[in-house]
Amino acid sequence: MLTYLDFEKPIAELESRIRDMNNLESGEEINIAEEVGRLEGKRDKLLRDTYAKLTPWQKIKVARHPQRPHFKDYVAQLITDFMPLAGDRAFADDVAIMGGLGRFNGQSVVVIGHEKGHDTQSRIKHNFGMARPEGYRKTVRLLKLAEQFDIPVITLVDTSGAYPGIGAEERGQAEAIARSTEACLGLKVPLVSIIVGEGGSGGAVALAAGNRVMMMEHSVYSVISPEGCASILWRTSDKAEDAANALKITAQDLLKLNVIDEIIPEPVGGAHRDHKLTMEAIRKTLETALSELSALSGDKLKTLRREKFLNMGQKMGQN
Amino acid sequence: MNWITNFVRPKIQAVLENKKDTPDNLWHKCSGCGQLLYLKDYLEVQSVCPNCGFHGRIDPKTRFKHLFNKGEHALIDLPKANEDPLKFKDQKKYTDRLKAARAKSESKDAISVAYGQIGNMNAVIAVQNFLFMGGSMGMGVGNGIIAAAEHAVAKKAPLVLFSAAGGARMQEGILSLMQMPRTTVAVEMVKDAGLPYIVVLTDPTTGGVTASYAMLGDVQIAEPNALICFAGPRVIKDTIREELPEGFQRSEYLLDHGMVDMIVHRHEMRDNLIQLLGLLMKQTKAA
Ligand SMILES: [Zn+2]
Repeated sequence: MLTYLDFEKPIAELESRIRDMNNLESGEEINIAEEVGRLEGKRDKLLRDTYAKLTPWQKIKVARHPQRPHFKDYVAQLITDFMPLAGDRAFADDVAIMGGLGRFNGQSVVVIGHEKGHDTQSRIKHNFGMARPEGYRKTVRLLKLAEQFDIPVITLVDTSGAYPGIGAEERGQAEAIARSTEACLGLKVPLVSIIVGEGGSGGAVALAAGNRVMMMEHSVYSVISPEGCASILWRTSDKAEDAANALKITAQDLLKLNVIDEIIPEPVGGAHRDHKLTMEAIRKTLETALSELSALSGDKLKTLRREKFLNMGQKMGQN
Repeated sequence: MNWITNFVRPKIQAVLENKKDTPDNLWHKCSGCGQLLYLKDYLEVQSVCPNCGFHGRIDPKTRFKHLFNKGEHALIDLPKANEDPLKFKDQKKYTDRLKAARAKSESKDAISVAYGQIGNMNAVIAVQNFLFMGGSMGMGVGNGIIAAAEHAVAKKAPLVLFSAAGGARMQEGILSLMQMPRTTVAVEMVKDAGLPYIVVLTDPTTGGVTASYAMLGDVQIAEPNALICFAGPRVIKDTIREELPEGFQRSEYLLDHGMVDMIVHRHEMRDNLIQLLGLLMKQTKAA
């Protein structure tokens, strides 16, 4: 069953009517088919119109949609011969971040990303995609492994943020995030980062300092959650929607700010409505990006990546 | 505590508390022990309480004065940042907040960078100013750190950074988040040049600042009792709904957990830095 978001109510109603129609038994089949076709047309248009002008706040809901593809779905569809690799060699294996070796289009790659889980049990197991220091230290390990064997890296970002817990802080959450960002920036192999759902703050950037940074059409990427921002600046989380508008968190805004390189289109109605189409869009983008980057030397990749971030926000016109 | 603090001070305190028009500019109430301190004396000792040792917050100017030889230093001009790129407005306009912070602090943004001699070495020292919008990191601070790194590399001098920040500057949205990778690149430039990058964590250092350049020092020093964390204590408490351990996220706690190299009293900071930088710069010294 598809989970509907609050602003999808009219769509949900139409789809429920379509289902009812399809379940009708009768001798008036022709009329039913006609009516179903009409309703589907109406539904498609409504879906297109709604998703063409999602507000930032609505985008957040789409980005957090429980049926949106997650790390494991992307790996299952896009990567062959995947071998997950575990552990930070210091304390634990944090499966809020997963990673491993595999093949993309027949070529070896290292894939790393946040996994949120898809039901209660797996969400708890993956800690809702909120990593502890061990997740970031595993990331550093895998980045070094990729560099050692000259293998390109793909990172898939999908987290509301790093986990705010006692143990995480005691074991150096801040340092772990800093080292992960540092490892991304120092890497002498191609690094392509895609914000697939939520790009939440430092916990996201730690995996996203890539040569190419892309965002899915309805993903969000922000320095702080709108709820958190509202409770600090407006002193009430009720103003989260205002904060979402002010913070400029959509893929479209970030492209304008030159923070990301590209937007990957999603199927009409969002990635959760059609995983397959979503995968094909990502596949195409990844192919292009990896083939372009693979032509560059390791030193060049590192230099370009550094320059990209140093220049960020510097070339915009003055107000 | 001697009899004066025990007996005379409370009386002074009592008198002052009754007097509504206590001149704020004459007395400072210690946040550590509550003692009233004569402001002039307090500033003389770099805002460290003579009674309990509490380290108050100080501005970059004061740091420079006490760190460089005879306080002599040259301020490094910082490149102007693209201001208010998002045209951000919450209850107030970001530009108004900037104006107010500038008027209050007499500086352009939440960081100052200076170059001068410390001992017999030259060094670049960057100091974040908590009094300027909570020391928050936006493009101005990012530019300051990059300028500091570039200056260190050009002068072949070590870089010492005093961190103090509530985190990223939300009013710059994603561009404040991008200061994490930007400043990390700056730190890498210093390291690539084989120069020391020393971080002194001061109260408070939190959020994206801690999770980028403030935790990447070759040597990590902390001032006593500074709050140093990624997620703030309130956020953690709200998330896990548990009491936090005593001293959690303070310098001493971090030292115990292996997260910093040492805790250094503000009055010993200059001597410590001279010794540390001398060792890292491989200065020889007669036995
Ligand atoms: Zn005191």
